[in-house]
Amino acid sequence: MMHRGGWKRWLIALAVLHGIIGCAGFFAPYDPAEQDRERPYLPPMKIRMVDTAGHFHFRPFFYGVHLGDGTFDQFEESTDQVVPLQFLVSGARYRLLGLMPCQKHLFGAPASRIYLLGSDAYGRDQLSRILYGGQISLLSGLLGAGLTLFFGLLIGAAAGFFGGWKDGLLMRVAELFMALPWLYLLLALRAFLPLSVSPLRAFFLIIVVIGAVGWARPARLVRGVVLSAKERDYVRAARGFGAKNGYLLRRHILPETSSVILTQAAILVPQFVLAEMTLSFLGLGVPEPVPTWGSLLASLQQYSVLVSYWWMYLPALAIVPFFLGYLGLASALQQDASTGKIEKAASGVRQ
Amino acid sequence: MRYFLRRLMHGTFLLVGVSILTFLFSTLAPGNYFDEMRLNPQISPETVAALRAQYQLDRPLPARYGRWVNALLHGDMGFSFAYNSPVAPLLWVRARNTLLLTVTATLIAWALALPLGIWSATTLGRLPDRAISGATAALLVIPDLVLAIGVLILAVRSGWFPAGGMTSAAVEGLSPVQRLRDLAWHMELPVLALVLSALPILVRHVRAAMAEVLDAPFLRAAASHGIPRRTLLYWYALRAAANPLISLFGFSVGALLSGSLLVEVVMSWPGLGPLLLEAILARDLYVVIGGVLCSTVFLVTGNFFADVLIYWADPRIRGRADA
Repeated sequence: MMHRGGWKRWLIALAVLHGIIGCAGFFAPYDPAEQDRERPYLPPMKIRMVDTAGHFHFRPFFYGVHLGDGTFDQFEESTDQVVPLQFLVSGARYRLLGLMPCQKHLFGAPASRIYLLGSDAYGRDQLSRILYGGQISLLSGLLGAGLTLFFGLLIGAAAGFFGGWKDGLLMRVAELFMALPWLYLLLALRAFLPLSVSPLRAFFLIIVVIGAVGWARPARLVRGVVLSAKERDYVRAARGFGAKNGYLLRRHILPETSSVILTQAAILVPQFVLAEMTLSFLGLGVPEPVPTWGSLLASLQQYSVLVSYWWMYLPALAIVPFFLGYLGLASALQQDASTGKIEKAASGVRQ
Repeated sequence: MRYFLRRLMHGTFLLVGVSILTFLFSTLAPGNYFDEMRLNPQISPETVAALRAQYQLDRPLPARYGRWVNALLHGDMGFSFAYNSPVAPLLWVRARNTLLLTVTATLIAWALALPLGIWSATTLGRLPDRAISGATAALLVIPDLVLAIGVLILAVRSGWFPAGGMTSAAVEGLSPVQRLRDLAWHMELPVLALVLSALPILVRHVRAAMAEVLDAPFLRAAASHGIPRRTLLYWYALRAAANPLISLFGFSVGALLSGSLLVEVVMSWPGLGPLLLEAILARDLYVVIGGVLCSTVFLVTGNFFADVLIYWADPRIRGRADA
């Protein structure tokens, strides 16, 4: 028998990843919009323990950088300027988890500026932008998935519970949504909404668009569960005792759908994060100066950036651990559900 | 025959549904191409009103929809405000390019997925299976967008491939054979990106479907009759496992179309994707509707093709449909 509960490990890993992004303000050394026009497209700095004279330092340090003479994109390390790396330093103000005002950062260098992952065209710290960008991307994925599952649950439960022509109509519409290539659907929806809006409105717009696209599959799955659940003996018994529809749904039928909903959530969230990235990448998402993983990648559409500045590729890698986590969670949940069924069946035989 | 009629009806229903849906969205839209014109002080309000009337934008929705469907049946897909030309020829060229990309990618992806999946299923739990499963899992974790960008980076960094577009600048002076080679050279990378994004899901499904069939007694019986292993796997077993795979084929067309849109934009391939994106940014209503509809037509065609294949491959369907 397969071991059960493998999903817990994935969930913990995901919680840690989300925690890091959620506390972006603490892990990021700078504000994502803070510019440093002196240092555009600065390559990632090297953290050192040994200086050029061969002396060992107990505190990690880096060399300050400046533009080379007569160039505009060649940086040189000034080996005489040793900047020690410090931990838990005070810096830019931010709100931890969007609530608590705070100004401690995990690391930083008050004497100079540190760019662990380089800087972009305006000298903004790439690491900070990736961390803050994750907040927008992940939040829109999570909220979009929540919205989709809500719609899916509502429509699927209604279709399965009431049946008849309502069921037929709803499922035909669901097929329609499922049949369309999702990216075309996403773009078509986005096409008819206002283009140039404030970042906050764009954010909610995207959540609504993403949420409206994906409801069909969860709705169909929920409908299947509801169809089988409403014919169970105990549900029929409850109905015989005079239970109302609302009570039956709330008490007996909807709890049955929980495992389907959870698995769908694990599948949908990364898809929707990707949807947000795609929209922002195409310039239809949350606009500058607010970073998202998609808009960070959009700079790669410029040929010069693509050729010359490899650290601009890094935002693409940020999503990979999240994808891994969610895929692992989804398959563990599915496995769990199927072994659970087998166990139930086996215990049924024993009785 | 009734089976095909029903499948055709289903496809038509889908198309009509999508057209109504996109039309509904389009009226919910705040702002259209002429709203931006209205902001232009050099264009008088009367001109804008006249233009709106000319393109029927001032009529109620059902009337517009009826007119549009009527025109569509006569091969007229509306007018592109931004390109100042009819939509149909505009779409046709782009759709051909998209089709070229997706059809090639579909064929290659399936040609790779079948042997890989079968190999994986015949060696369940042993080294080849573990290697293939590991590779597909790794590919599955990389999102389409990242994959497309990665392939572009490969092109730019290595210099072995063109960094975008569909033809070289000097294509005019080439012979037909050279043109074909030039086109193939430009197609390599977009197709690679598409194949890589589609492959893991296909391989996994082939593996699952085949693993289920390989245990069946009829295969053991056939093997004991001395039928060669290759025939056994690729004819007997594959046909038995075909049903879910062919349905998957229908779905994979949709996934590839979405993937293709991204790859086209990233690699500046002149397909439907960039056209749709431009149209959205310019609020070019009929091009957007036409583009979405066009992708639906591809999808419906792909699904219908899958239905025909199932009918041919699975006698159970044939029996049920004709009964």
